Amino acid sequence: MLWYILQRFLASLMLIAVVIAGTFFILHLSTDKVARGILGPDATQEVVLQKKQELGLDRPIVTQFADWAARALHGDLGRSWFSGEPVITAIATRLPVTLAIITAATVLIAAVSLVLGVLAATRRGWIDQAVQVLSVMGFAIPNFILAILLVSVFAIRLGWFRAVGYQSLFDSPAGWLDTVTLPVIALAVSGISGVAPQVRGALLDALGKDYVRTLRSRGLPWRRVVYRHVLRGSMGPALSMLGVHFIGMFGGAVLIERIFAIPGIGQMSVNAALNSDVPLVMGFVVAVSFFVVLLNLIVDLIQAWLDPRVRMTT
Amino acid sequence: MVEPLLIIDRLTVTYPGRGLRARPFTAVRDVSLDVRPGETVGLVGESGSGKSTIGRAVLGLAPVTSGTIRYAGHDISRARRGEWRKLAGDLQVVFQDPYSSLNPALTVETILMEPLTAGGVPKREAAQRIRGLLDAVRLPKDSLDRLPREFSGGQRQRIAIARALSVRPRLIICDEPVSALDLSTQARVLAMFREIQETSGVAYLFISHDISVVRTLSHRVGVLYRGRIAEWGECAQVTERPAHPYTQRLLLAAPVADPIRQARRRDRWLAARSNTIPQPR
Amino acid sequence: MIDRKPPGPDTRRRSLMARVLQNPLGAICLGYLVLTILAGFMASSISGHHPNEVFPREIRLGPSAAHWMGTDSSGRDIFSRLLHGTLPTLRDASIAVIVASLLGTLFGLVAGYFGKWPEKIGTRVADLLMALPGLVVLLAVRTVVGPSMPLMMIALGIVMSGGFFRVVHAAVLGVRNELFVDAARVFRVSDTRIILRHILPTVRGPAVILAANLMAISIAIQAGLVFLGLGDLFAPGWGNLLNGGFANIYIAPLELLWPSVAIGLTCVIFFLFGNVVRDELARTGINAAAVARGQGAADGNARHRHDPAAADEAPTDGQAVLGVRGLVVGYPGADGRVNRVVDGVDLRIARGEIHGLIGESGSGKSQVVLSIIRLLPEGGRIVAGSIFLGGRDVVRMMEREMDRLRGRYVAYIPQEPMSNLDPVFTVGSQLVEPMRIQLGLGRRAARNRAMELLEQVGIDDPKRVFDSYPHQISGGMAQRILIAGAISCGPTLLIADEPTTALDVTIQAEILELLRELRRQLDLAVLLVTHNLGVVADICDKVSVMQSGRIVETGSVGDIFADPGHPYTRALFAATLDDAPTRAPYASGLIEANHG
Repeated sequence: MLWYILQRFLASLMLIAVVIAGTFFILHLSTDKVARGILGPDATQEVVLQKKQELGLDRPIVTQFADWAARALHGDLGRSWFSGEPVITAIATRLPVTLAIITAATVLIAAVSLVLGVLAATRRGWIDQAVQVLSVMGFAIPNFILAILLVSVFAIRLGWFRAVGYQSLFDSPAGWLDTVTLPVIALAVSGISGVAPQVRGALLDALGKDYVRTLRSRGLPWRRVVYRHVLRGSMGPALSMLGVHFIGMFGGAVLIERIFAIPGIGQMSVNAALNSDVPLVMGFVVAVSFFVVLLNLIVDLIQAWLDPRVRMTT
Repeated sequence: MVEPLLIIDRLTVTYPGRGLRARPFTAVRDVSLDVRPGETVGLVGESGSGKSTIGRAVLGLAPVTSGTIRYAGHDISRARRGEWRKLAGDLQVVFQDPYSSLNPALTVETILMEPLTAGGVPKREAAQRIRGLLDAVRLPKDSLDRLPREFSGGQRQRIAIARALSVRPRLIICDEPVSALDLSTQARVLAMFREIQETSGVAYLFISHDISVVRTLSHRVGVLYRGRIAEWGECAQVTERPAHPYTQRLLLAAPVADPIRQARRRDRWLAARSNTIPQPR
Repeated sequence: MIDRKPPGPDTRRRSLMARVLQNPLGAICLGYLVLTILAGFMASSISGHHPNEVFPREIRLGPSAAHWMGTDSSGRDIFSRLLHGTLPTLRDASIAVIVASLLGTLFGLVAGYFGKWPEKIGTRVADLLMALPGLVVLLAVRTVVGPSMPLMMIALGIVMSGGFFRVVHAAVLGVRNELFVDAARVFRVSDTRIILRHILPTVRGPAVILAANLMAISIAIQAGLVFLGLGDLFAPGWGNLLNGGFANIYIAPLELLWPSVAIGLTCVIFFLFGNVVRDELARTGINAAAVARGQGAADGNARHRHDPAAADEAPTDGQAVLGVRGLVVGYPGADGRVNRVVDGVDLRIARGEIHGLIGESGSGKSQVVLSIIRLLPEGGRIVAGSIFLGGRDVVRMMEREMDRLRGRYVAYIPQEPMSNLDPVFTVGSQLVEPMRIQLGLGRRAARNRAMELLEQVGIDDPKRVFDSYPHQISGGMAQRILIAGAISCGPTLLIADEPTTALDVTIQAEILELLRELRRQLDLAVLLVTHNLGVVADICDKVSVMQSGRIVETGSVGDIFADPGHPYTRALFAATLDDAPTRAPYASGLIEANHG
């Protein structure tokens, strides 16, 4: 099993390395445009060339990448072209904010999906119908549209929550709740809409399995079969999906942070993209990539724990 | 002596292992047999014995690792798709599962036309021919417009047989063609196989796990055990006076529908059970 | 598709589009989309205002007759701007979806059909494309290409093509190894033709669904990009209205509401459309009946649960281990009526008796078995009759009482050994669990008993098997384990539903021998369902012959095999191949004569 997990881990590490390299090359496709993006559209060709030289963009791209990668491996992602702040510092100050929100949303997704999915699959009837309708709606409505509606109603009209800003959980738990509740809900709804039907479907699927009938024929009560056998056997796909949503929320956070004016990594990257701040954008991609690898590993480990067939593959 | 239509000579099929550390798997090892025109050769064996793999190898659907397969005088064991089509175009197949061997989205007419049009038969002539085929397999005339799911298992298998017959083959590979059918349907379909052979002179390579099915239809029989031929010979000899202990046990293990005879068989089976089966080489 | 009149009221052959339109929700979705696009095309004539026309004295007004949705902070008509933004928004989103579906379908088909290296490369590239969230990639792209929306949408399409590839690839894999594709290959059908005729149609459904969903996602991302200020702020589009409105969220919340509703609604509609297509496709499948069943039993059933007159009679003699009387099992049919799959079955089994229940597929024999343990599949129910187990009618029993009876009085051996073991628990824990609950054994006692049981059913190495997972053992061994589980709580009656059908004959003989042995040791009564007359002859004392939901003949095996009374029984015997003659030896001369 260790070998299997290690293999998967190395594969996802490789994948991410290629993604990072690919992004680097994309970002250096048109250095003219980047330089012009920094200097503004009216800059003369001469100034552009000078800027490129200053930033080292005139060197062969492979050299640039080798240089960047060598330093990145030592934890140095360069400095922002715009503010001069080291990229690592910029990320380190903003990432915890984003991470707190995404993690809270993931916990919410997992809890609500489990309850809704189990209810829908075991009770059927109107609960099932309601879960299905809600999941279509929740999945379809873009999360930033939902965020806008939430802000308008609960922050501005009703004044229950703060509309903008962020307070750290450690500074003030109440303030944290006050600031993150709406963003977390906005992020979690689409996740719940994706994961809850998955839980429901997997459960229904497992309930129809032959071994469920056989276990029941031995006199095991229905509840016991559902909670001990069926639930465990059907959690795998839902878990993978939860992982996908965790990563996906890094994309969602870009918009949500803007709406709630949360000083997270998403906000940072939007400004970086607007300013053609290549090192900072690169830093953002590296940060997200790190979590992709980490999360794949965690999901694999839990899968292996849940299912002996995964555990025993070599 | 008639020149055999199909000659399989020391066929070995090895599947490469999947994944990094999986071992390659040899499904068929060193199998030789031949089928003469108009003859039925039965292949019998239990799951994993490699019987279906032999059929698939003949059809070019399984990789030939070593050995040769000659059909009508040509070596088809390593032929590429285009070549294979030219050499073995009149080789046909009827699969076990009448549910998945017919595309559920196509009408019976389209299904029957396909091999004909692909073989370049003009549309008009093809349409004529499939009408005759429906008669041959005793399906109602209005079947053409219908979808496979509107037919029972036995009827579907007849459609599959009609499809195989449409190009006037000289050899049909029958891979467990009656295993999915009920007893009474099975008997009817087997009778049809026989009748078609008697009128058209087609040869069958007939693969089944059921020795009694193979027995009623075959001229010669091969018994497969773990990828090798354990016993090979005339049908009556193999199925009534088997020489190999595995064949003996296989025969005794299948219960007969007669309580008194079955009780005697069971005693012989219990006696034979303790004998070990020699591994083929 | 060939356009021919179906022979009856056959709803299955209409085209997908027609079916989607007949679905009320499908019609609403399509109607909305058509109207939206039309409105986009006729934006100027509907709204009556130019989108950039400024009404300097009508800044941030609420809805009025002149401005249906009010005006924005520059005094422009919001309705007009919304309408004019429709087509650009949909166009941009379509770019991404078209790129994604073309790339995904092409490469998915090729990779799925040919396998080998195209498949390897395709899967890797798809993994790459899907590794990061789309918006993250787009931020990087935007850094380089600037505010060009078409370029960003092409990039989005490329990113999304990874997901499209996966769906198409999976669909192709589903049919690649279908026998009908193999058959087509044997029939000299060319690869292109196989792909077009046999494979593309199966891909069409999932592709349409995915495209609809991606359309919703693309609209959201397009609007999101513009909202973030990453797009061209002067190009018309819904995102722009959002961007403008967001600045005034405190002063004029309504201004933000209109584009939000437009975006949200359109996304929902695309999603719903995808769902309708999926539902309609699912309905075509073989499980059409199952879908109908899943929608709940119709209540207009003629009779209810059981008929009291029959239930009042106790079984006539106390010897019977099982007494079934007038059993009727029904499933709700398509038209709300009850479909009777078992129609008045009587059955009586004495202690220590092995009773064969024989019949062909669809005769209802499995339904009888599942009724006895009261574990009918969803939708099925006992409509009438009584089932006495040890003198008590289980038809009217509470579920909790039934749980106590299962395993302890009546136990069940299923047909397919592998699928009847829970793959995520060890063999041992699956044996131990019922014993702890039913017999109240402690952990150690249950474990010891399980070991004994494994030995009893002829497993040589009980310790190793106890700790094995189901995927590590063979089918024959799995069936022995299931038998061990069935006898674990000391039942009086064993119900075996085709216990040897999925096994090879040599293993079948072993399992039958085991059952015989157990009956001798434990004095079990067995109801053995089979379609094999040889199995009945081998092991049964009595036999009942079942045909289309009814038992046509019952008697001792000796009597019935010697002199079958019912024509159906006689037909079954006639179909066995036991005494069929072997073929005459091969005569080459005849063949040659035939061939001329």
